[in-house]
Amino acid sequence: MGQTIAEKILSLHSSKQVYANELTVARVDLFMGQDGTSPLAIQAFQEMSGKKVFNPAKVHLIIDHSAPSPIEGVSALHKLMRDFSRETGIHLHDIGEGVCHQLIPESGQIGPGSLVIGADSHTCTYGALNAFSTGVGSTDLAAGLISGQMWLKIPETIKFTCHGQLPKGVYAKDLILKLIGEVTADGATYMACEYTGETIAALSMEARFTMANMAVEMGAKAGLMEADEKTYRWLSQFTGQKFTPVKADPDAVYAKELTYDTAHLVPQVAKPHRVDNVCPVDEAAGTPVNQAVLGTCTNGRLEDLRIAAQILRHRKVHRDVRFIVAPASRRIFLAAMQEGVIQALVESGAAVVTPGCGPCVGTHNGIPADGENVISTANRNFKGRMGNSKAFIYLASPATVVASALTGEITDPRAYI
Amino acid sequence: MLLRGKAHIFGNDVNTDYIISGKYKFKTLDMNELAKHVMEDLDPDFYQKINPGDFIVAGSNFGCGSSREQAPLAVKYANISAVLAQSFARLFYRNAINTGLPAVECDTANIATGDELEVDLTKGEITNRTKGIIIPVKPLPPVMIKILNDGGLAAHFRKHGGFNF
Repeated sequence: MGQTIAEKILSLHSSKQVYANELTVARVDLFMGQDGTSPLAIQAFQEMSGKKVFNPAKVHLIIDHSAPSPIEGVSALHKLMRDFSRETGIHLHDIGEGVCHQLIPESGQIGPGSLVIGADSHTCTYGALNAFSTGVGSTDLAAGLISGQMWLKIPETIKFTCHGQLPKGVYAKDLILKLIGEVTADGATYMACEYTGETIAALSMEARFTMANMAVEMGAKAGLMEADEKTYRWLSQFTGQKFTPVKADPDAVYAKELTYDTAHLVPQVAKPHRVDNVCPVDEAAGTPVNQAVLGTCTNGRLEDLRIAAQILRHRKVHRDVRFIVAPASRRIFLAAMQEGVIQALVESGAAVVTPGCGPCVGTHNGIPADGENVISTANRNFKGRMGNSKAFIYLASPATVVASALTGEITDPRAYI
Repeated sequence: MLLRGKAHIFGNDVNTDYIISGKYKFKTLDMNELAKHVMEDLDPDFYQKINPGDFIVAGSNFGCGSSREQAPLAVKYANISAVLAQSFARLFYRNAINTGLPAVECDTANIATGDELEVDLTKGEITNRTKGIIIPVKPLPPVMIKILNDGGLAAHFRKHGGFNF
C-alpha cells in the first residue's frame, strides 16, 4: 500500500511499516525545548527520576521567548535551563541567538527524512525541509530526553496542491492565510498537511518555512513538503551531511485532496481574534494601526527583512506607528546588517529588538495599550496574545505590515512594490 | 473514577492563550499561582466561580494553539476535575492526559452552565443530573488509558523505566 510523506518518515523511525491511525514508538533524531516549556520539562525529567539525557548532542534548549529576561521570575527559569544544560552536556542557545524555529534548521543536524520533536507548537516549521517535525508538551519532551523516543499516532494527511505563480506583492504568507481561512482552525486537527504543486516549487526555502510554520493553525501535526534542489542548497550552508529525500507514493491514501489556483490570489489579512478569520486586504484596508511588528518564526527571515527595506527605503514610517523588528536569528541579523537592510529599517524609524519571540507572545518588547490595533507578521492573533486582551491583532505578510506602517492604516502593499 | 461537580460553559476554539496567558506562564513554575489566572481573558472572575470538582464544558477544538503544558496544569490546579468538549486540539489532549487531567470527548450540546454533572470515567458516561439525561463518552485511545491509569506520563516512566504500551 502506498504511503504519504508522514507515513514514510515515521516508518523509517519505527521498527515496522506504519500507516495512518496506527501507533508507533519512534526513534527521534532531534529534540528541542524553549524557555516557555523547558523549565517544566526539566522538572518532569527529575520527577521521572531521569539521570542522564539519552544523547546530549541531539538536544537543543533555546532561550528565545522572553529573551533577554524582563523580570526576575523569568531569570530564575533561564538559570534553571543553563544549569541543566551544563550538567547534562546538551546544547544551550542563550539570549540573542534567535528563535528556536530558525536555529534548529540552521543547526545542520536535520534535513529530509528527519524526525524532530519540539516542545513548541510551531515545531511543524521544519516540514519545509522534508522533515517530520511536531510539537509536544513538556512532559513528553522529558520522556524524550530520557528515552530518545516518542509515542505518536500516525496522522492521516490532507494534500494541498497549489497551481500557478503568486502574483507580484503576494507571498507565501498570503497563501497560507488563505488556506487557513478555508480549512479553518480545526480543519486539519490530528492530521499532517502535504503542500505540493508549482506554486510551492517556486517558493524560496524561507517562504516554505512560512507555509509549514502555520500548519498548526489548522490544527495539524505537521506541514510537509518534498525536498528539491532549493532544499539542498539551503542546507549546504549548514552541513555537508547527505539526507535521503522522502516522497509520497503515487498510490498514497489521503484523507482529503484540495486544489488551489494561486495566480489570482490577493494579499490576505487575518482579523482579530482568530487566525482563520481571513479576508482580502481590501476588506481590512483603512483600519488605523498603532503598532507594526516584523519578525517571529513565521516571517523574521532575511527575505522578509529585505522586502521591508525595499518598501521603506528613503521613506519614514507613519508618526503614529511604532514599528518593531525582530530578526529571527543572529545570523540573519548580521546578514541584514551587512546588506544595509537593518540600516534602512532603522533610518525609516524601526525599533530593532533582540532576535527572539518577545513581541509575538506578550512577554515584553512591545505590549500594546487598551484599544490599540497591531498588524504583525506573526502566526497568532488570539485576544491577549501580545500581552493585552484589550488590543486587536491583525496578521499579514511582511509587505502588508510594512505598507501599513508607512500609511498608518492597513494598506494593500501592491502599490509599494 | 466518579467525578462530581457543576458545569462552566465555554464556546468553540478556546485557545491556550485564553486558558493561561503567555504573560503569566513564562514567569513561574508555581501552578497554584497560574491557576488564579485560568480563563481570565474570557471571564475575569472565573477562578472565583470554581467549586472544587467542577467541570469546564466547551465546544470544538478546545485547547488549540500552543504546546504549553501550563494550560492543562492551570486548569487542574484551579480544582477543575475534568474538561468536557466536543473535540480537543491534539497538543492540549496529549498534555492533559500526560499531566493526569481527564479530557473527555463527548456531545456537550445538552449541558448548560450550572448543570450538576456526574462523570464516570470507568463506565464512560456522563449523567446530567439537572436535566436527567445520560451522555456517552468517546473512549480514550488505549495508550492514553494506560498513561492515565499509571497517573500520568511521569509516573508511567517511573513505573516502567520508559514507554511501555
